[in-house]
Amino acid sequence: MTTVLRAQALGKKYGRRWALRECTIDIPAGHVVGLVGPNGAGKSTLLKLASGQLEPTAGGITVLGGRPGSTPAQLAKVGFVAQETPVYAGLTVAEHLRLGARLNPRWDDGMARERIARLGLVPAHRAGKLSGGQRAQLALTLGLAKRPDLLILDEPAAALDPLARHEFLQGLMEADVEHKLSVVLSSHLVSDLERVCDYLIVLVDSRVQIAGKTDHLLATHHRLTGPRRDPDLLPAGRHVVSARHTDRQSTYVVRTGAPIHDPAWRVSRLSLEDLVLAYMDGRTAERRRVALEVQG
Amino acid sequence: MIWLTWRQFRGSAAMTAAVLVVLTAVLALTGPDLASRYAAGIAGCTPDNTCDDFFDRFFDEHQIPFLALTLVVLILPALVGLFWGAPLITRELESATHLLVWNQSITRGRWLAVKLGVTGLAATVAAGVCGLAVTWWSDPLDKSAVPEMAQMSPLVFSARGIAPMGYAAFAFVLGVTMGVLVRRTLPAMALTLVAFTAIQLAMPLLVRPHLMPPVTSTFELGRTNVNGIVPQGQEGGAMQLFLSTSAVPGHAGAWVLSSDLVDPSGRTVAGGDGASGPSSTIARSIPVSTTSGPCAPSRGQGTDACTAEINRLGYRQQATYQPIERFWPFQWIETGIYALLTLGLTWLCFWRVRRGLS
Repeated sequence: MTTVLRAQALGKKYGRRWALRECTIDIPAGHVVGLVGPNGAGKSTLLKLASGQLEPTAGGITVLGGRPGSTPAQLAKVGFVAQETPVYAGLTVAEHLRLGARLNPRWDDGMARERIARLGLVPAHRAGKLSGGQRAQLALTLGLAKRPDLLILDEPAAALDPLARHEFLQGLMEADVEHKLSVVLSSHLVSDLERVCDYLIVLVDSRVQIAGKTDHLLATHHRLTGPRRDPDLLPAGRHVVSARHTDRQSTYVVRTGAPIHDPAWRVSRLSLEDLVLAYMDGRTAERRRVALEVQG
Repeated sequence: MIWLTWRQFRGSAAMTAAVLVVLTAVLALTGPDLASRYAAGIAGCTPDNTCDDFFDRFFDEHQIPFLALTLVVLILPALVGLFWGAPLITRELESATHLLVWNQSITRGRWLAVKLGVTGLAATVAAGVCGLAVTWWSDPLDKSAVPEMAQMSPLVFSARGIAPMGYAAFAFVLGVTMGVLVRRTLPAMALTLVAFTAIQLAMPLLVRPHLMPPVTSTFELGRTNVNGIVPQGQEGGAMQLFLSTSAVPGHAGAWVLSSDLVDPSGRTVAGGDGASGPSSTIARSIPVSTTSGPCAPSRGQGTDACTAEINRLGYRQQATYQPIERFWPFQWIETGIYALLTLGLTWLCFWRVRRGLS
């Protein structure tokens, strides 16, 4: 299998507002995919569409070759840990494992018990009494023990303190290595993703800005700093992601496959965070320009 | 899935079961005694034809438990809708656990089917047990009830037989539907209460009278349908007759939909001028001599003779009613209507949940 998730002009509308639109992506198998974007960009919507929690308004989406959430077999192949990692407050840890065992044909009970024991969770404790980190670990255990081919996590670490977040992501990475699954996780913290992801999707304003392997993205994006000039004077074949100007200086973030030799520019590498920020920034600038044109 | 549903439901199920066990135990212990006292009373009154007095006395003595039990059966479906139906899905939505359970290897349709099936069945059984136990216990009282509390009358009918099962199933699914529509527990509960109350009022007012064409008939005036007769105004004026609007002779337990006094030519006698009688009556004035004849107070012959005189002149009660013989057909029809409504709402719930409640 080469593709875990394929979306074609996918869109989801809530009332009159598009939460996600014109989303066309193709995520290859065997990656830990980071989905990054500001709050309200449509990350959760995309992940809920992928796990079958929502039905698309427009376009289509296939996950592991099937329509998300359509059949029990399809559901068994995809694990989903929702935002804020919900668990049944009135049920104990052991009852959650029982729930997983009863509702999933591929359930790995030995693995679930071993994980719970290793994490120091007491099976007789009620899930409502667990800390945020423990709850997230319980939800992750449920997601992993159903033995999915693809695990989707929606801001799994958002509510955790830095230490718990580190442990959670660490646990996720270990499980990923052990079970060779594909993972898609969203976050608005690039630092989280930087540590675990080898594939990145940037989603801003309900649209996919860019998607690709992180090393490839880092190799093809550059920051150019030089005397002030218009973007039109940049060499052809370079896509400007964002631009900033002071009185004398211009700073561009560009995407290009070719090396840049123009001595007028000082070329520097970007960190993943810089890259994501450039896309968010570029999008904001564009919106501002559109607004000005409309007014003018 | 059945295990999970039961695990989530067992607390309130156990509580309800406990209450029902206590209720049915009390009814089972007191029911035979009530029935034997009724039988003894009937045996005593039949020879000297005073059974009407016995009925009044017997019903009066047990009126409070009768009304209380009727009320319990009427309220139970609403409680089921409010506390089992409305929170069924909203509780999951509010704690976001639907996202957890919807991503186990089970489709949302199956998940909803089990939740609705298990809890709905429990609701129907609870209402059925409660309704049938109360029906059994109240049997002697239903036979002796005052016309306002006749077995076919709106309130009592709704608390007897199998109809409470239909109400409970409907109220439960109504609660679930409100839950999936508004997605929050408290508004869903409020809407459920309002909608269920409205439907429970509309049913006896607008629909039930027409389930079968009511019987229209004229009846001689007598003790059953005349609740009083008094001279009107000055001596020599007309007589004021208080005609019952809830009883017709020879049809105890019937639901009287309308009752009017007609004169010898068959025309309806217009309403009396101001004087009002006891409750559940209409006052009608009759031009009959009060200076001489049976209706003259001075003759002192009592109301029976005067009623007989008015009868002889050709005045009659004209009433439309649903007789007690239609009790079970009506129960089946009404339960069927609620079952259809329940199915319709169930379909709506599935439709909403399949689409992911968005």
